[in-house]
Order: sequence, then C-alpha cells, then structure tokens
Amino acid sequence: MSTKSKSIETKTDFNQDERLKKVSKLRLLLNRPELGALGGAILVFIFFGIVAGDTGMFSAYGVLNFLDVSANLGIIAIAAAMLMIGGEFDLSIGSMIGFAGICIAIPAIYWGWPLWMSIIFAFSMAVLVGYFNGILVVRTGLPSFIVTLAMLFILRGATLAITRLITGRTQVPGLRVLIEDDPLAWIFATDTFKWFFTWLGSMNLIALRTDGTPLATGIPPSVIWFLALAIITTWILMKTRYGNWIFASGGDKNGANNVGVPVGRVKISLFIGTAVAATIFATIQVLDAGSADTMRGTLKELEAIAAAVVGGCLLTGGYGSAIGAAFGALIFGTVSMGIFYTDVDTDWFKVFLGAMMLIAVIFNNYIRRKVTESK
Amino acid sequence: MSDYLVQFNNISKFFGKVIALKDVTMKLKRGQIMCLLGDNGAGKSTLIKTLAGVHKPDEGEIIVEGKKTIFDSPKDALDMGIATVYQDLALVSLMSVTRNFFMGREPMKGPPFFKTFDIEKANKIAAERMGQIGIDVRDPSQAVGTMSGGERQCLAISRAIYFGAKVLVLDEPTSALGVHQASVVLKYIVKAASQGLAVILITHNVHHAYPVGNSFTVLNRGKSLGTYEKKDISREKLLSMMAGGEELNKLEVELQEMNRSSAN
Repeated sequence: MSTKSKSIETKTDFNQDERLKKVSKLRLLLNRPELGALGGAILVFIFFGIVAGDTGMFSAYGVLNFLDVSANLGIIAIAAAMLMIGGEFDLSIGSMIGFAGICIAIPAIYWGWPLWMSIIFAFSMAVLVGYFNGILVVRTGLPSFIVTLAMLFILRGATLAITRLITGRTQVPGLRVLIEDDPLAWIFATDTFKWFFTWLGSMNLIALRTDGTPLATGIPPSVIWFLALAIITTWILMKTRYGNWIFASGGDKNGANNVGVPVGRVKISLFIGTAVAATIFATIQVLDAGSADTMRGTLKELEAIAAAVVGGCLLTGGYGSAIGAAFGALIFGTVSMGIFYTDVDTDWFKVFLGAMMLIAVIFNNYIRRKVTESK
Repeated sequence: MSDYLVQFNNISKFFGKVIALKDVTMKLKRGQIMCLLGDNGAGKSTLIKTLAGVHKPDEGEIIVEGKKTIFDSPKDALDMGIATVYQDLALVSLMSVTRNFFMGREPMKGPPFFKTFDIEKANKIAAERMGQIGIDVRDPSQAVGTMSGGERQCLAISRAIYFGAKVLVLDEPTSALGVHQASVVLKYIVKAASQGLAVILITHNVHHAYPVGNSFTVLNRGKSLGTYEKKDISREKLLSMMAGGEELNKLEVELQEMNRSSAN
C-alpha cells in the first residue's frame, strides 16, 4: 500500500514515470495512420527516379502531369477518407461526377444559363444527393454500401437518360467558349503561378514550345484545390470539435450518441462532402475538356476508396487521416503516369493498384491491432 | 421540500401488453449508494433506460431536487445531472484517452468561427482527473484500447462526474471485471458518493453490491420486492430474494413431501 501511494506521488513528472517505456520518435510515427502511404510514396518516387529519371517524367511538364492526375483523384479520395473515418462508404462518387458534369453542361448549353449559374446548380444538386444518401443511411440504419450502390446505378442511369432525352447524345460539348469572362468558372479553370513558369522558360530552365512559350504553363487548378482540401480537412480532423465527432461517429456510433455527439448530422455532412468533392472534380474536368460526358467518373469511387485505404483508413471507421488519402492518391497518380515512361506495359497499372491496396489493408489491420492492444 | 436529491415514484412502463415495470419506487439522497439488484429479465434494462430518459414512464413521476420533471430525451436527463454509464461505456477504443474524455463536449479556444479543440487543455484535465483516482495515464494521447477494463470503467465514470453528474446511474460496472479490477472500481464509486453524488448501482452481483451499498432495491419480474437499508437485511437474505429464493424453498418443500408420500 505504502509503495503504491508513493508511486502515485512521484507521478507528477510524466517524463520520470518508471512505467512509461521510453518511446522513440520512430515508434510514435509508426502509430500515425498515414505512415504507410508516406513510405509508399517515397518508394514510388525512388523507383521512378531510378527507372525513369532520365526520361521526361521529372521535367516541369512531366511533374505537373502526374501531379494533376494525383490531385484529381486526391480531391475525391480525401472526401472518401473523411467519410470512411466517419464509418460510412460512398459508392456513388463516380456517378456523381458524371451527373455533376451534365448538371453544368445542359443548363449552360441548352437552357442558355450563364456558366456560373450552372456551376452553382451542380453544387446544389450535389448537396441534395449527399443529403439524400446521408439521411437514407442514418434513418434506415442500412449499410451505406448498399444505399450508395443503389445511388451509383440511379445517378448514372439518370445522367444517361436525361442527357439523351434533352440532347439526343451522350456528350455535351461546347463549354470552352463560355469560360472566358465568367465570374465563377476561373476558380476551376485557371492555371496559377504562370509568371513563374514564364520566368523559368525565359531562363531556359524548362522546356519550351516552338513559339517560345513554356510547355508547362502553370500549376493546374486541380493541384491547388487538392492542396487546399488536404490542409483544411487535416486541420478539421486534428484541431476541431467536428473532427473529434467524425472519429467518434465512426469509432462507435452508439457510444458517441450517448455522450451527445450528433452522429446523424455528422454522417450526413460527410456524405454531402463526398458529393461536393465529386462535383469539384467534375467541374475542373468538364471545364478543362470543354465538354461533359455521361460516362465520366466511372469506377472513380473505387479508386478513391483504394487511395483512402492505402492512406491508412480502416474499412470499419474511426481511424485514418486525410493527409494519408492525399499520399495514397499521389502514389496512384504517379504510378499511372510514370508507367508510361517505363518499358512496362500500362496494362499492369491495375495489377499494381490492387496489390498496393491489399498490402495496405494487411498493414492497416496490423496497426489497428497494435493501437488497441490491451496490456 | 425534501432532502431527496432524486425520487422515482411508482414508475411503470408498458410495451404493448407486456408490463416491463410496475410501481417501482426509488429515492436517493446525496452521498447515498443505492444498489438495484435483479436477475436477468427482472426489468433492470428498462428501468435504466427510463432513468436515463430513453424511455418515458407510462405511470409515475420523477422528481429531481424537489421539482417534478419529465425527460423527453437522454439529453434532458443529462442536463438535470443524471448521468448514465452504460455497459458499453460509450468509449471508442481507437481514440485517445483525451479525445474520449471530451467526446461531444470538447473544450474550445480561439476567436469565433475559428474555434479549435483545445487539445493541450484537454490532455491536462484528462490526465489530472485520471490521476485523482489513482489511474496514471502514462500518456493521455494513447488509445483507450490499451487500457484495462477497470481503467475504462473509471474513465467513463470520471468523465460523467467531470461533466456535472449529480446522480450516477451505473449499469453493471463490475460484471466484466476480475476481482482486483472490480474492487478498484467499487472503491472509486464509494469515493464519488462521499463527494456528494448519489449513485444508483445496477448489478446482479450481491457480493459486489453489499459492501458498498447503503440501501438495496430488489427487482423481480418488473416489480420491486422492496427497498431495504443495509442494517435491515443480510447478504444471504438479499441473495435468496434475488435468485427467487422463496420459490426455490417452496420447491424444496414440495419435493420433500413428494418423497415422503412415495415412501409411505
């Protein structure tokens, strides 16, 4: 008894606690969910540095190219990761991308709406779809896997049917001319830091076209959106009350409910998040291509979930990170583009994607056991 | 008006034709521990949920600090200072001790619209609170999954007290614990009561209830078999009441008579 009370008294200084095993910085790092993805990303860069270092992959143009692909995937992967941490899935992301595309294109081309109004319309529809997904899952208690799988078919089918009904086709071109002078479209369609690339070009540091303008014209909008989303969502998860609620809702929804976390509202907001992210993705791509395609975004939901899983999200919820999903997207984007610079047939990309995900799941499972290990 | 902190008078709860609870009465003063004993199916769960505001009683009244109240939701009960710690504890094992401690009630700092979760303050309070009950959280950012069952139970109780519980409703706090762990938790419950809280301890384990309880209510098939002060009842008597001891005695007598008549 006396020894026990004594040990409590001396417990004031945490650093001198004899029961606290010295934990190395490395070991602490191992407990972070994004570690695997970070390591994976570094390995991927080392690999391509060796295999494709002397090709154009790491030129300014090449880097922007794979960053653009990664960023596009990253935008939806981050939202998918947030939702997964909150304990749910959204399989309708890909269909939402196609749906959002025509929500922009049809009003703008066929109904004569200004582009900015069509974009706002698309985002409003996204909020509605996300809300509908969320309220269905929360109210019925059905697995989100099933509910959003249904939404995957409904949205894709509606996209096709509506587009063919109104336009007679499955693609809606002709948006490019509307972008100029639009008060909203530039947010999704402007390359930034152009002056920097022009300067690099004038110094002959990066490749130029025959007319003397640089090949890489600026940072694509997707990359800016991606970075902004990664920073904001990480801040939300780590530093805000809402972030704590997301972890709690995904970790144990009954428990969270019992201590006053508005689990339903949290989940609905996360579903709105994935639909809105899909719409950001769609808007950037539609404005970049100048046309909307009803099949755009097909299978993107699975890539987004794969990136989130590689980034350390558990399929059961309550654990994961947004920055990890960002790294996951970076891995996939880099490999999907980098593979062109190697002698490997690009058909192998999907094999890599699957294998990567499998390794990540096994690794994550191990980490979770470590984290919750009882003493 | 009365010195009772909380009174549950003649509470009844029906589910369709089923009478889940009938005329259950419990009164608690500050610093008292009332043990609610009952076998499986005695109506304990229904009673807990009624106390916690999940179910509304169909008959009877709830009086908190002299005022008659109706709980429309668990939040109402919580706002009146009646905190229920369920068996699942409402802890997320993948989250840190601190994040669990403040789950749903995070301390905030910063200017409006940019308020952030004050994790440093939360860490400090969580470590301090756990330290007070002799549980030394070596690192408040460690996952709750690494704690023992007793420590988790104490964390859940300590959290309820920190957030202003006046009446603690504890649902089987010791049922999943070993002897040592259970005694740690029970010690903590006594300490909490000595600080002026009223505790309703729900259990089917008389050996855990008897040493700490001031009074005992036995529930059987939705009805109260009465409330007894500790001095008025022995552990054995409680045990036999709970297990339907009367019924067993009757059965024994009947069996003896059958034996005798067959021997004749």
